[in-house]
Amino acid sequence: MSGHSSYVPKTGIERWLDVRLPIIRLAHDSAVSYPVPRNLNYLWTFGGILAFMLVAQIITGVILVMHYTPHASMAFNSVEHIMRDVNYGWLLRYLHSNGASMFFVAVYVHIFRGIYYGSYKAPREVLWILGVVIFLLMMATAFMGYVLPWGQMSFWGATVITNLFSALPVIGETIVTYLWGGYSVDNPTLNRFFSLHYLLPFMIFGVVGLHIWALHHVGQNNPTGVEVKNVEKDTVPFTPYATIKDLFGMVVFMIVFGWFVFYQPNFMGHADNYIMANPAATPAHIVPEWYFLPFYAILRAIPDKLGGVIAMGAAIVVLAFLPWIDTSKVKSMNYRPIARQLFWAWLVVCIGLGYLGAMPPEGGFVIASQIFTVLYFGFFVALFVVGLFERPKALPASIADSVLASAKGGSAARIATATAAEPNVKG
Amino acid sequence: MSRLSFRLALTGLAAGLGFGALSLPAARAAEGRVEPPQLSWTFSGPLGTFDRAQLQRGFKVYKEVCSSCHAASLLRFRNLSQPGGPEFSDGQVTALAATYQINDGPNDAGEMFQRPGRPADAFPSPFPNEQAARAAQGGAYPPDFSVLAKARTYERGFPRFIFDIFTQYQEQGPDYIHALMVGYKDPPAGFQALLPGQNYNEYMPGHLIAMPKPLSDGQVDYKDKDGKPTAPETVDQYARDVATFMVWVAEPHMEQRKRIALWFMPFLVILAFLLYFSKKKIWSRMPDGSPAH
Repeated sequence: MSGHSSYVPKTGIERWLDVRLPIIRLAHDSAVSYPVPRNLNYLWTFGGILAFMLVAQIITGVILVMHYTPHASMAFNSVEHIMRDVNYGWLLRYLHSNGASMFFVAVYVHIFRGIYYGSYKAPREVLWILGVVIFLLMMATAFMGYVLPWGQMSFWGATVITNLFSALPVIGETIVTYLWGGYSVDNPTLNRFFSLHYLLPFMIFGVVGLHIWALHHVGQNNPTGVEVKNVEKDTVPFTPYATIKDLFGMVVFMIVFGWFVFYQPNFMGHADNYIMANPAATPAHIVPEWYFLPFYAILRAIPDKLGGVIAMGAAIVVLAFLPWIDTSKVKSMNYRPIARQLFWAWLVVCIGLGYLGAMPPEGGFVIASQIFTVLYFGFFVALFVVGLFERPKALPASIADSVLASAKGGSAARIATATAAEPNVKG
Repeated sequence: MSRLSFRLALTGLAAGLGFGALSLPAARAAEGRVEPPQLSWTFSGPLGTFDRAQLQRGFKVYKEVCSSCHAASLLRFRNLSQPGGPEFSDGQVTALAATYQINDGPNDAGEMFQRPGRPADAFPSPFPNEQAARAAQGGAYPPDFSVLAKARTYERGFPRFIFDIFTQYQEQGPDYIHALMVGYKDPPAGFQALLPGQNYNEYMPGHLIAMPKPLSDGQVDYKDKDGKPTAPETVDQYARDVATFMVWVAEPHMEQRKRIALWFMPFLVILAFLLYFSKKKIWSRMPDGSPAH
């Protein structure tokens, strides 16, 4: 949707700069006049929320580094130094650690939204794949960040996860040695994870730039999945329409974020990580952070180590192939009666896998994980098959049509009661 | 979105998790875990603060009993007079610190020396290192108290961990610590014979604990100047007081955190309302004059 630029420089300085570096034009075209479909719902605010979270994580992280010591014998106490002696250090640290969790909350909503509304389909395949790349980078960043406080879960989580690479034939052992910087998880591991934990967010930032570039080139998908046909009728300018809506979404998200930071700062963490790393004492249950649990469950569901690693990797990589796995031409599952049922069932499977990932790998939990792993991958097979024969519901002719139809027809009664109960809602 | 399929999904989810929840307590009991009772703490909830007198009593219990084996290496004397803690006076803290001898040095002659403590010093540890502690304790290592209240918990399981988000229950640590202090009992009939250095405790996972019963009624003096006790001199009260003290040591800025939330969270809510109505206003007028929804 990058079309004709509507930017008109008003002052002499702007005109002078516009000829030499059209940076104000770029900002105007991408954040002011950029047309967004007028029927986006609140699930579309999560892109902006994610941008906010990335910046918040980078800012709090950069300040935390000023007080942190990346050394195996000092890291744990330096984090406690931040919590105790640094002015508002507890706030920075809780914002950063809970921020990682909230980042994943937002990214999972964002991903599930993309799948439900078919946002990966042409012409958005590259946009989608860039998103999967960001997700992978986020996972690597979060994993390495969790190692830095050098608590028991940091240490043993790092040991378990890095050991997975040893399952790879031929090169596995060498990769593990390079990851560790030695022959076990130790100070060199902490040092290189710290270095990479600082690097990766800026790589995420770069890929996010590409992600947004691709987005602004093809334009946003929308709940109908029907492409914009008439920019005048189907879209509204980003500012003020999307800006104010995104801001509202962000502040509501911040309320949830603040609830955890201020009232439940350790809810999403693990108590064992308040025990300093001890290579001689293994915790009873080694559990990764909650956002890795579904993948952890898939890993443990496969009895073979290499097989488990491959299944876990495939569970993420398969997302990148969604544009070609899904055979339906219809984007939005609002118009796909069978795929929609599959989607909700799959959401339950993903949450179920998360629960199983937190349970000890014994008895019925293992069998359940195996069933759910099959169901997880089964979704993609089903999506391929269903697209071949599913009869979609009639699509609206255009975005404007769908908006006007819902304003006039189907929901007229609902609007009438709403106005009666709540007069003057339009201010 | 289809409401029916959404409801079906929720039902499936609840059924699955419910099944998991049912199978969990049995597994935990088999591992020898007894859940500690939930007590009421002054510091719980969004408005919770520490009871200064209780923190001072808890410190007394720590100093007179626990500190002979357990370090609190991240606690500094100065912390004891900081806002949000036991809030002893600066004079009391300076006097207290001076009663300890601190290793320092080397001096100009290259010698290590001992000097009286200052408020900036860390609370001295009872043992110079872990090996010395183990040697003195028959092989067991008394854990450091600095963040111990946050390092101890018990499994909440589904669905309670969901409710905990809304009730803000997060006192697993102090509940467990209190339960451990009052949980010393004679082993039930049929329990394995205790070896030397083993003690039976109802709430210790597996029931075997190396620490002998540390507290008994009347052990710590809670009397004020007139000789009247300020709180019951019982194991139960000692345990509550020392658990409260340990929560503060682990989270010394908790009161500041909740105080900031007291204005920051309402601020966010008001801001959200303002943004919501601004959004309504803006979206009430489309560029082409057509209705928004």
